[in-house]
Amino acid sequence: MSQYYTSTDHFVLIPALMLALFGCAVLLFDFLIFPHPKQRKWLIVFLIIGEIFTGAGLWRQQSFLSSYGLNELTAFNGTLTIDGFALFFNWLFVLLSVLVAIVSYRYLEIENEHHGEYYGLILLAQCGMFFMATGTDLITLFLGLELTALSFYVMVGFLRTQKRSNEAAMKYLLLGAFSSGLLVYGFSLFYGLSGSTKIVDVADALAAREPGDPLVVLAMAAVAVGVLFKVSAAPFHMWAPDAYEGAPTTITAFLATGSKAASFAFLMRIFLGPLESARPTWEPLLIGAAVLSLFIGNIAAVTQTNVKRLLAYSSISHAGYILLGLIAGNETGLIGVAVYVAVYAFMTLGAFLVLVALRRRDLIGEDIEDLAGLMESSPGYAVLMLIFMLSLAGIPPTAGFIGKYYILLALIQTGHYTLAVIAAVFVAVAIYYYFRIVRAMFVSERKETAPLASTFGIKVALAVSGVLTLGIGIYPDPFLRMAGFSLIR
Amino acid sequence: MMEQLWLIPALPLAGFVVNGVLGRRVSKAVVHTVAIGTVALSFLWVLKTLSALMPLETAHVERYGTWIASGSLEFALEFAVDRLTAVMLLVVTGVGLVIHIYSVGYMAHEGGYYRFFAFLNLFMFFMLTLVLANNFLLLFVGWEGVGLCSYLLIGFYFLRRSATTAGNKAFIVNRIGDFGFSLAMFLMVVTFGSLDFAKVFPAVEKMPVEAAAGVVTAICLLLFVGATGKSAQIPLYVWLPDAMEGPTPVSALIHAATMVTAGVYMIARSWPLFTHAPLAMDVVATIGLLTALVAATIGMTQFDIKKVFAYSTVSQLGYMILGVGVGAFGAGIFHLVTHAFFKALLFLGSGSVIHALSGEQDLRKMGGLRKHTPITFVTLVCAGVAIAGVPPFSGFFSKDEILLAAHHHHPWMYWIGALTAGITAFYVFRAIFLCFFGEYRGEGRPHESPPSMTIPLIVLAALSLGGGFLPVPHFLDPVFPAMEGQHESALVFVSVALGLAGIGVAAWFYVLRPGLADRVAASLGGLYRLVYNKYFVDEIYWAAVVRPVVGGSRTLLWRVMDAGVIDGIVNGIGGRARDAGRLVRLLQSGNIRSYATWVLLGSVFAIIGMGLAGGLR
Repeated sequence: MSQYYTSTDHFVLIPALMLALFGCAVLLFDFLIFPHPKQRKWLIVFLIIGEIFTGAGLWRQQSFLSSYGLNELTAFNGTLTIDGFALFFNWLFVLLSVLVAIVSYRYLEIENEHHGEYYGLILLAQCGMFFMATGTDLITLFLGLELTALSFYVMVGFLRTQKRSNEAAMKYLLLGAFSSGLLVYGFSLFYGLSGSTKIVDVADALAAREPGDPLVVLAMAAVAVGVLFKVSAAPFHMWAPDAYEGAPTTITAFLATGSKAASFAFLMRIFLGPLESARPTWEPLLIGAAVLSLFIGNIAAVTQTNVKRLLAYSSISHAGYILLGLIAGNETGLIGVAVYVAVYAFMTLGAFLVLVALRRRDLIGEDIEDLAGLMESSPGYAVLMLIFMLSLAGIPPTAGFIGKYYILLALIQTGHYTLAVIAAVFVAVAIYYYFRIVRAMFVSERKETAPLASTFGIKVALAVSGVLTLGIGIYPDPFLRMAGFSLIR
Repeated sequence: MMEQLWLIPALPLAGFVVNGVLGRRVSKAVVHTVAIGTVALSFLWVLKTLSALMPLETAHVERYGTWIASGSLEFALEFAVDRLTAVMLLVVTGVGLVIHIYSVGYMAHEGGYYRFFAFLNLFMFFMLTLVLANNFLLLFVGWEGVGLCSYLLIGFYFLRRSATTAGNKAFIVNRIGDFGFSLAMFLMVVTFGSLDFAKVFPAVEKMPVEAAAGVVTAICLLLFVGATGKSAQIPLYVWLPDAMEGPTPVSALIHAATMVTAGVYMIARSWPLFTHAPLAMDVVATIGLLTALVAATIGMTQFDIKKVFAYSTVSQLGYMILGVGVGAFGAGIFHLVTHAFFKALLFLGSGSVIHALSGEQDLRKMGGLRKHTPITFVTLVCAGVAIAGVPPFSGFFSKDEILLAAHHHHPWMYWIGALTAGITAFYVFRAIFLCFFGEYRGEGRPHESPPSMTIPLIVLAALSLGGGFLPVPHFLDPVFPAMEGQHESALVFVSVALGLAGIGVAAWFYVLRPGLADRVAASLGGLYRLVYNKYFVDEIYWAAVVRPVVGGSRTLLWRVMDAGVIDGIVNGIGGRARDAGRLVRLLQSGNIRSYATWVLLGSVFAIIGMGLAGGLR
């Protein structure tokens, strides 16, 4: 090993290497070893093996950190950092990728689009997410962001024969490119200001400048807009409802959870890193974006009849809540952000998975009406959906309540009383539209008689998300400790 | 050292999960093997744990983690075993096991077999959580959980309207008690900053005994409100007689031996609080005594065999409450134990009779059954002499300890208690004589129950007869404060004599001179009708509480508040949100150029906004 690639570098990089390796291998295997469409489900097994290797790498890193009592381990001359934060998010990505992969098989078959690339793209997207959560250098972070986004552009348009899917991919691509342009423009200004791409150096350079320096403001605004676009916060949310609705539902689930969580990791790395010293400057912008997200997300969700679109708007409003945790910025708030991101991922994934099961040969299963009478036909699914809806609305004893509780507590601790009241008021609005789904399931007359497309994979994934959503709500302590471990020190 | 106490409740929970998930698909044999097996393992684990922990002079605490932490308030997942818990664990798992076995025979011909056993196992889980809990919050989880199971099992025959009504009544009445309990917990959090036994009790020990009403008295009275609900005391006892709509094993396990004694256990557990609030103690003792007397008089006039024993349970619970109320905590728990034996036996025995008569519960349609069901007859007589306080059987020892403590407290309490003991002996033997002596007055062919039912009867009969020799009060000495004062042995003879007199009168009325009872009842006229109709308490509650509440809910709350104000607000918000939503929808045109324009506008606003905030020069 030379000085350019030390054993520490290797150790830190292993999970990403595994993801990239297995991702490429899936693409090869697809036509070399498993050419027959029926054999493609073996690719899922292969993906899980890849995730096991990735997990093993993460596990070794975690035990290394704890056995030496280290807070972090940097590699590649400070461009990658393994710390509690990176590990927390990477474990989340592993879980989400596996859950998404195991539910996709039947769904893609029904859509007649079951191809091996799909699983390769999931792994490559996750590889990008690794860099978004682990990178401590502007270039690494940006590369990770682009790798993830490029994989998602393809996956959103995966249903080639459907106009809706193509249109969604095109919109996502164009607006994504636009926002990436803004982001990278901001990054280039950072580099110009500091002469370095490492976020530690950028932070020092920015702290040395006077507050309100026009160059700093310009750079920060460009970066903030780019990042807020990625987390689909208003007013940069426009792509989300269209992309969520058009994408294959399994990919919508991954986009709404994995990509969103990675984007928030990215946002935290930037805002708590180089921009922390300029908090007074960006705080009003984030407050504006958060309140606007709460408003637009919740209000627009009220009129939706398509559940995927409804959940897209709900995801915009949840982005608003997460931003509020960052605005509070004390320890409770930052733990709250980690808690909320993970909890949001579990409950949103669960809700989308129920929609995946509703997709049958002759039925799209995305409208609220398609859920009518679900309690009668498939009580298990209806009860799970109820748990996810309660959690999304933030009602105890579900995980969603714990997330909202931490955010509100942090706002009150830091004296942001107005924001706390606004956040609480929108909870009331949210209950209205989540319970439209519940009412359809439990009160409305059953219309469809076709059995759900439930596979073993869907059952497992739903059970995992259900247990996590309810379990964290009832016994939050172990999970809160994990989230506390994830603070950036 | 960890003794893995969590296994004790976890085993029945596992049984509940297995039967709840798979019960519908597997055979009855598998269902009851799982249900009984998990309870038996739990019982064995209790025995193993206790033998390892003996002599258990101080509490053994096991912590499994923090449950909820919020600011300075922290609730732990902690189980603890001291001698009081040890006694409760043995009663709950022991009697529970016997009743599970009995249920196999009793429920053999009933539908919903797996549902029954699953709920019974779930009940065991919550009850064991209740007695193992080391803080009030976890105790409350068990408390609510057993209430839920009680509700589910009272309404087990949910196609029968009376059963679902009785379930609702039990649930609603218990809500009133639980409301008191929750208020008590809030007050404890405010006063002591914790709900841990290990923090609350030492804190209260440091406080002076309250001469007049104070915060500790308030806490104790609110806790007692909870106990009147769960342990069926005046004024909330009305749900328990109706709860007999459930299957008989449920009546025996939940509504006689274990759940209803939770209130007594809770008061005994909180003795450091109660001993600091003498005023509250007096209230507890008086209510207990009054309940014992009133319920016993009602029991004299009932003709449904299970109703007789239900009022008897209320009355005996009154004794236990009296015991803890006069500070004889050990005696109260002792009576709880012996009562678990003989009252479970009375219920299981009556269940055996009902089973023999294919569902008949009316005493007037029984009679002469001692020839047809000899084992049931003998075991029921064992239970009868135990509850009547005939020496040297179990009820004699426990009841006399309570009565003597009551005498030490206030002599008049002793005399009312002793009178009640006489009445108790009368109504129990009235039921036994009506059931087993004289001529058979019903139709159908009575038959003795299968061994799976008679063996539990025999086991419980042995415990009812010999249970008085268990050194429970002595065993509990380290847990509770010492009682001062001497016992006057002369008083023992009085209560025993009254008990024997009660049996004698019953024999005279119902065996030697049949028909005399009716003439006496007729001569008493109005008084008899008053007692027979249970003092019209249900009717009074209906007129004074239920009807106004329902009426008020219909008119004021439903029509005015709900339909008018709340729906108006909700529809208003919903409508406004919908209007706003339409506006937002206009922005979402689907046109990508307009999206890009919005992003651009947003960026411009961002730069201006940040510039202003940062003081752009």
